[in-house]
Amino acid sequence: MKVQNPKVRAQTSNFQLLTLRPFGRAQGRLRSGQASNFALEVRRRSGENVFRCYYCQKCTVGCPTAYVMDYQPAQVLKMIQLGMREPLLKSSAPWLCVGCEACGTRCPNGIRLAPVMDTLKYMALEAGYAPPEAKAYALHRSFLNNIKLFGRVHEATMLVEYKLRSRDLFSDLDLGALLLLKGKIPLLPERVKALDQVKELYRRAGQ
Amino acid sequence: MINDQLTTRPGTTRPKEIALKYSYYPGCTSSTTGVEYGLSTEAVCEALGIELVELEDWNCCGASSAHALNHELAVALPGRNVAQAQAAGLDMAIPCPACYQHCLAADKRFQEDEAWRAEMEELLSFEYTGQARPRALLEIIGCDLDSEEIAARVKKPLEGLKPVSYYGCVLVRPPELTGWDDPEHPVIMDRLLKAMDAEPVAWSYIVDCCGASLSLNRSDVVVLLVNKLVQAAEEAGANCIVTACGMCQINLDTRQKGHHMPIFYFTELLGLALDLPGTDNWFKRHAVDPRPLLRSLGLT
Repeated sequence: MKVQNPKVRAQTSNFQLLTLRPFGRAQGRLRSGQASNFALEVRRRSGENVFRCYYCQKCTVGCPTAYVMDYQPAQVLKMIQLGMREPLLKSSAPWLCVGCEACGTRCPNGIRLAPVMDTLKYMALEAGYAPPEAKAYALHRSFLNNIKLFGRVHEATMLVEYKLRSRDLFSDLDLGALLLLKGKIPLLPERVKALDQVKELYRRAGQ
Repeated sequence: MINDQLTTRPGTTRPKEIALKYSYYPGCTSSTTGVEYGLSTEAVCEALGIELVELEDWNCCGASSAHALNHELAVALPGRNVAQAQAAGLDMAIPCPACYQHCLAADKRFQEDEAWRAEMEELLSFEYTGQARPRALLEIIGCDLDSEEIAARVKKPLEGLKPVSYYGCVLVRPPELTGWDDPEHPVIMDRLLKAMDAEPVAWSYIVDCCGASLSLNRSDVVVLLVNKLVQAAEEAGANCIVTACGMCQINLDTRQKGHHMPIFYFTELLGLALDLPGTDNWFKRHAVDPRPLLRSLGLT
């Protein structure tokens, strides 16, 4: 009987075969006990210790939008631990997270996933990946532009910019008409007097 | 988990010597998509002897969009509102849960990050005193006032109304920031509803999320989540849902399909129970008109 080299066996445990192999070539293999730079960066920027996750999946179970995500919340944490940078920065999951904080409230290891998801969005944008949920990005961008313009959100102009950005001109027109009719979408914006302060906050944030 | 700085929590009462006066941060929804929330908040607070002083030149807190795209902006925008509130030294009364959560996060950073505080103080020319705690309007009405105080003022008991309390997500979470009684089973709203003689019904979706900002870009998700909530409320035997959030209200009100479940702000029901004038002006703005239900119960 051939005796297997214990070193070889340690490197190819079932767990690693299942989780690392498809991305092994692109990401480089991690040795046991070694953390990827990607995972360390996510931990530093989000302020959440992603290494504490032991994959109980409580976050996924309580997540209202997990069912539409390509990788579910617990998978996202595991993939961060494994240094799977590229698939995560291309993932729809961060863009579908609504930040409801159910996961963070229930996590037995005290990991808040909402800041982790936000961090992944920032890293994806910085690295130049097109957001897979283009309409989510269009909404957030239109919203932020609108605050920069008036200091407060003015739905009518914000929605026009969103419609143009998302190239989705005709959805929810009935809802818009209803809200107009009910006096819920004012035509004129309210402006902040010290708009220069708001603009300075934008400038300092690099926006 | 509980924020020790809270002087008034469920089960405790406000020391009588503290005046009920607050810096009011209405937020953008209070005059737009949640206009009836703003109107009813102001009317109810006046009737209950709560003085609201509107925050000078407040700005939008950045909502979901600032923290989705830029971390610095996500604390700086609400940070400016917290800054505006410092001089008055009054607690901030905030009806909108998202504004509330973002102001709390900014306030926390003012306390913990001295460099950032100094930078903001210089830019916005103010001094951080820590004397203006961001607080949710629901918490103020539910904790700073005795429920007996409210019950004594009720002129029109809401008998026959069987609401489910719906807190949604960020009003109670994350608990290390909000410091509420219990992030999974808050009781403040039920207590208020009982003080108005309504019969709150227990259900399992008290702090589930409605889909929030996905309403525009992924309405399919919001429609599914909202209908699950409305269905669950029906199965629990409720005849209406009560919220404290402009986003929850508009999502539940406009995205329910094949149901006819009225969605109230808790302030609207308080206004009704206190028999304030102008309630009709609030209810007529709902997509699902709640007036037939109220008429059938003899409440309007």
